Amino acid sequence: MATALAKAADGTAAVEHAARIEHVSKSFAGPTGRQLVLDDITLDVAPGEFVTLLGASGCGKSTLLNLVAGLDAPTAGSITTDGRPALMFQEHALFPWLTAGKNIELALRLRGVPKSERRARAEELLELVRLGGAYGKRVHELSGGMRQRVAMARALAQDSGLLLMDEPFAALDAITRDVLHDELTRIWRETNLSVLFVTHNVREAVRLAQRVVLLSSRPGRIAHEWTVDIPHPRRIEDTAVAELSVEITEQLRGEIRRHGQH
Amino acid sequence: MASTDTTTAVEAGAAGPGKAGDLAGLEAGLDALETVQPGRPPLRETLVRKVLPPVTAVVLVLVVWQALVSFGVVDDPTKLPTPADVWGEIEDAWLQGTLLGYIWTSVSRGLLGFLLALVIGTPLGLLVARVRFVRAAIGPILSGLQSLPSVAWVPPAVIWLGLNDSMMYAVILLGAVPSIANGLVSGVDQVPPLFLRAGRTLGATGLRGTWHIVMPAALPGYLAGLKQGWAFSWRSLMAAEIIASSPDLGVGLGQLLENGRNTSSMSMVFLAIFLILIVGIAIDLLIFSPLERWVLRSRGLLVKS
Repeated sequence: MATALAKAADGTAAVEHAARIEHVSKSFAGPTGRQLVLDDITLDVAPGEFVTLLGASGCGKSTLLNLVAGLDAPTAGSITTDGRPALMFQEHALFPWLTAGKNIELALRLRGVPKSERRARAEELLELVRLGGAYGKRVHELSGGMRQRVAMARALAQDSGLLLMDEPFAALDAITRDVLHDELTRIWRETNLSVLFVTHNVREAVRLAQRVVLLSSRPGRIAHEWTVDIPHPRRIEDTAVAELSVEITEQLRGEIRRHGQH
Repeated sequence: MASTDTTTAVEAGAAGPGKAGDLAGLEAGLDALETVQPGRPPLRETLVRKVLPPVTAVVLVLVVWQALVSFGVVDDPTKLPTPADVWGEIEDAWLQGTLLGYIWTSVSRGLLGFLLALVIGTPLGLLVARVRFVRAAIGPILSGLQSLPSVAWVPPAVIWLGLNDSMMYAVILLGAVPSIANGLVSGVDQVPPLFLRAGRTLGATGLRGTWHIVMPAALPGYLAGLKQGWAFSWRSLMAAEIIASSPDLGVGLGQLLENGRNTSSMSMVFLAIFLILIVGIAIDLLIFSPLERWVLRSRGLLVKS
């Protein structure tokens, strides 16, 4: 981890924002003309900050992540990030023709890490997600939670200052998800990573984030923002988490109701 | 900045050492609960399920064949020789030392032709799969060519190249290249878009994306294409050998079949057909099936039956 931390520390001196999203709009050609999906989104993620984007279906949260990841270009506005962000999907997206370790090494290789260092670095990253013995395991030999942890290690291997997460735990069972929440929080606190985490799960958003951003749907706009100052370690059952979740859910439902009125 | 962060984490850890240990233990427990260790079926079971059925089928065919001759259903040996006659033919060819020669003449041609087809078909398939213009231009022709019997290429190949080995290779190429290219195209088309997105976020774009993501992801389809490409190579070669015979070409299995017809030796015809069949099956069983099973198994795509 030492090299990653050192590099991040050097980077933070120069960069004020891990991601800066300015007046971003995005529209797609749809069956009824052009459809506005994102409308004038402005959002900064500070270095080391954990932000969750919360919204119902159709709020364009995944579209926004794709834009930040550089997989797609905004129709209007600008996005600046410090280097190429790492991205985690709802599906693990690990390559089945490679072992867990080799998946991580591929990320290192594509980043230009010399061959002699890759193996050790991959083992280190697997240790970080507590999968020390999984280097030679094939993807199909791992459980869902283990796959997502390897995917997390692979994302960390990109050594990007910014980790984008697109509902990464949505497909997991509740027990595993809860454990991975702890795991993500631990890793985020141990590294200097900025995280932009997309979810439709209010409790998850509150449990993890320093800041929760609520998006309205069709088109996606920033509807509200909360700062979460509940101290870590948090639990999904904490009263403070529950109270804020109720407040946010009310607001979210209000946003959804507006769509039923016309 | 980073060092302070690490310190906080360490402090947090120190404040609750039980908690950190709990999480690690919890995770280890979950991992153990959710991982299954597949076992290997016993040898006896493999024999009964995999070896016994084909052996039974072969024995049955031999019995029916022998019965046809023994009970006089077919009593003309120039139409149907007995299994023993054919076996005698094999023995003769073996004792004269010509048997392996026949096989090797054809197999070496077939494999060399196949390798050439591989070298040409692979980049061609990649081009068709990845470049839209090329796909629109030659994609339909390439899949259409697959349904053209490769024996149709023998007359033009003889006219262009004469009765020699190059003509054989030309026929093999025209038969096998479309299969290999098409296999790769369908393999590439079936690559889940998620892999391409994941690859792009990791920085695998352009040629690096093709090498690290597209090619390995398309490997199962590509292998299926290779398998079919071999079948087409072999068939094309036999067509070429049967039609185009010349003393310069040496005796391969196709010529052996044709010689059998010319000398009205039905047991030689049978021998040639058996050898052609056996070589085709053997190459598939020895090379392609293990390769395919290995690829599928390593990806968890082969359900143990």
